[in-house]
Amino acid sequence: MTDDTQQISTARLLDRSDERVRHADTLGNTISAFVDRVRSGDLGSLPVVVGLIVICTAFESLNPVFLAPNNLVNLLFDCSTVGVISLGIVCILMVGEIDLSVGSVSGFASALVGVLWVGQDWPVAVAIVTALVLGGAIGALYAFLFNRLGMPSFVSTLAGLLGWLGLQLYLLGSSGSINLPYGSPLVNFGQMLVMPPIVSYVLAAVASLVMFVTGYRTAARRRQAGLSASSLGRMVLKALLVTVLLEFVVYYLNLGRGVPWMFGLFVGLCVVMNYALTRTKWGRSMSAVGGNREAARRAGINVRRVYLSAFVLCSTLAAAGGILAAARLASSSQQAGTGDVNLNAIAAAVIGGTSLFGGRGSAYSALLGVIVIQSIASGLTLLDLSSSLRYMITGAVLAIAVIVDSLARRSRLSHGRA
Amino acid sequence: MTTISDVDHVQGGERKPVLSLRGISKHFGAVSALTAVDLDVHAGEVVALVGDNGAGKSTLVKILAGVHQPSSGTIAFGGGPVVLSDPATALGLGIATVFQDLALCENLDVVANIFLGRELNPLRLDEVSMELRAWTLLNELSARIPSVREPVASLSGGQRQTVAIARSLLTEPKLILLDEPTAALGVAQTAEVLDLVERVRARGLGVIMISHNMEDVRAVADRIVVLRLGRNNGEFEPDASNQDLVTAITGADENSVSRRASRRRAQQSPELGR
Repeated sequence: MTDDTQQISTARLLDRSDERVRHADTLGNTISAFVDRVRSGDLGSLPVVVGLIVICTAFESLNPVFLAPNNLVNLLFDCSTVGVISLGIVCILMVGEIDLSVGSVSGFASALVGVLWVGQDWPVAVAIVTALVLGGAIGALYAFLFNRLGMPSFVSTLAGLLGWLGLQLYLLGSSGSINLPYGSPLVNFGQMLVMPPIVSYVLAAVASLVMFVTGYRTAARRRQAGLSASSLGRMVLKALLVTVLLEFVVYYLNLGRGVPWMFGLFVGLCVVMNYALTRTKWGRSMSAVGGNREAARRAGINVRRVYLSAFVLCSTLAAAGGILAAARLASSSQQAGTGDVNLNAIAAAVIGGTSLFGGRGSAYSALLGVIVIQSIASGLTLLDLSSSLRYMITGAVLAIAVIVDSLARRSRLSHGRA
Repeated sequence: MTTISDVDHVQGGERKPVLSLRGISKHFGAVSALTAVDLDVHAGEVVALVGDNGAGKSTLVKILAGVHQPSSGTIAFGGGPVVLSDPATALGLGIATVFQDLALCENLDVVANIFLGRELNPLRLDEVSMELRAWTLLNELSARIPSVREPVASLSGGQRQTVAIARSLLTEPKLILLDEPTAALGVAQTAEVLDLVERVRARGLGVIMISHNMEDVRAVADRIVVLRLGRNNGEFEPDASNQDLVTAITGADENSVSRRASRRRAQQSPELGR
């Protein structure tokens, strides 16, 4: 019955008056619209889903421990550290710039927390805040170099990559590493703390409920305003699917140790970032600057301030990721933030669907991408492969991700999808 | 400053100019794009700015939009001297611009482009109200935009131009600058834009319109200002003869337009030519 009234009113809806545009009204249309979108290069999260399926089947057949609940819980602990760094990379990629120093900044932050907290006996909270503030200051420095001196971010952050690594080594001195005390809240957070099962179930339910309620209210407002809106049935179906999926994931993880609080923090940051990028004026300015800097300037946007916010957020999140990594390893060492951390963070954002060319991206790409990257790392570790092979394989995955991004971008251009 | 506006009072009768430029020059390195250009626009007046390629029309518009800063000269807007240091200042004063290159973000959808920099409810974007307002503006322009939720990259040149014009009308501006507003438009849309220019004039706003199409210019302009090689080169009433206009634009009686015209006359009446 609701379908009938919909059919009648469709003819008069303000945004459905052009007969040249096809709209995805039915399930079949929705599917064919999705196929069209993918064919024109608007891949969304499809590469991630395909990638995850391939990775899971391959590793599971090689070593059945891979999909065991406790291995996945460990994987989520590991995801959270690089994931937070990757979230910052999403910010900087949105405006079409790059930060190559996130690994060094995270290492510097972890060294700073070790030195201040264990070495100088500062309260741990003060040490953490200091590290975050200094991380933000590093971003502000990059923004100054970029905005005022016109220094390409590629070069300034490459210099930073070396500079902050040097500072990290200097801070740690000859000992080379500082052990963080076991049993302290920070280390517990990084290694042990998981949600009680009931909390994880409730959080998963609340997430899908919030999704449904906001969707329902938007649809009601749109219908009232004479615009097209998705039907109640479809929204209920979507909410049910999401609920079942989330609750199943939570159930499976609870078969092991449970859902890590650290992963909860990471997902929370992703949700907040997604809201900021899609539903605020600031987020709109970020996409605009990434898409066409001059047009954004002519629209009255303070372009320099947008760049400043992107650089500062990226470095601050890198510092936060470094602190989480220190908590995870219970130490601040010379190795923290070196090696593949940098590229893993960038690769995660790109694999998740954030474009290297600016103007396109989503906070959730950090979440999805880092799960792919960590799954590969975890699978290779389970197979007992040396780090030489791990580096080569991860490098190949990054190359493939960028190739997919470039090809998709070219296809989007030729299909008029930007 | 006072003496200049006094003079304007005498020239413009009762009306005071919304915008008045005095001695505006702009150098790009060794090139003088504009040299001592004067221009007045009164409320409720459409001024057409014409000139050959490279005459400095677009540079002048960009100076008024705050994109470029003049090398010398003064700008008075709404009665007082102003410095248009950046586009945000110009927009804040009520100068809206439709640029020749449109300046749209191709990765954003139509609604986002129209409201760019002026989004409703900054901390929780009011997408429904913005979409409604966007449709209203576009319908006023009888635009044929298939969907306001598609990225601008999927629109044709004419559709993009309509979006750019709709954006300039979003806030109630005091002065609208249109740089080649009808260049990419179809017959109906051109007529709508010309109607729109007249409606804007009737509301008492000032309009500066750049166009190469003399038919459009004559149809709506109250005054035609000619620029040539970055200098003022005459002012005409809309009923001025084509000959005079072309002479002012090209700077010579004997020019490629007149040569072509006489050649065609000769071809059409071969007996006379012989």
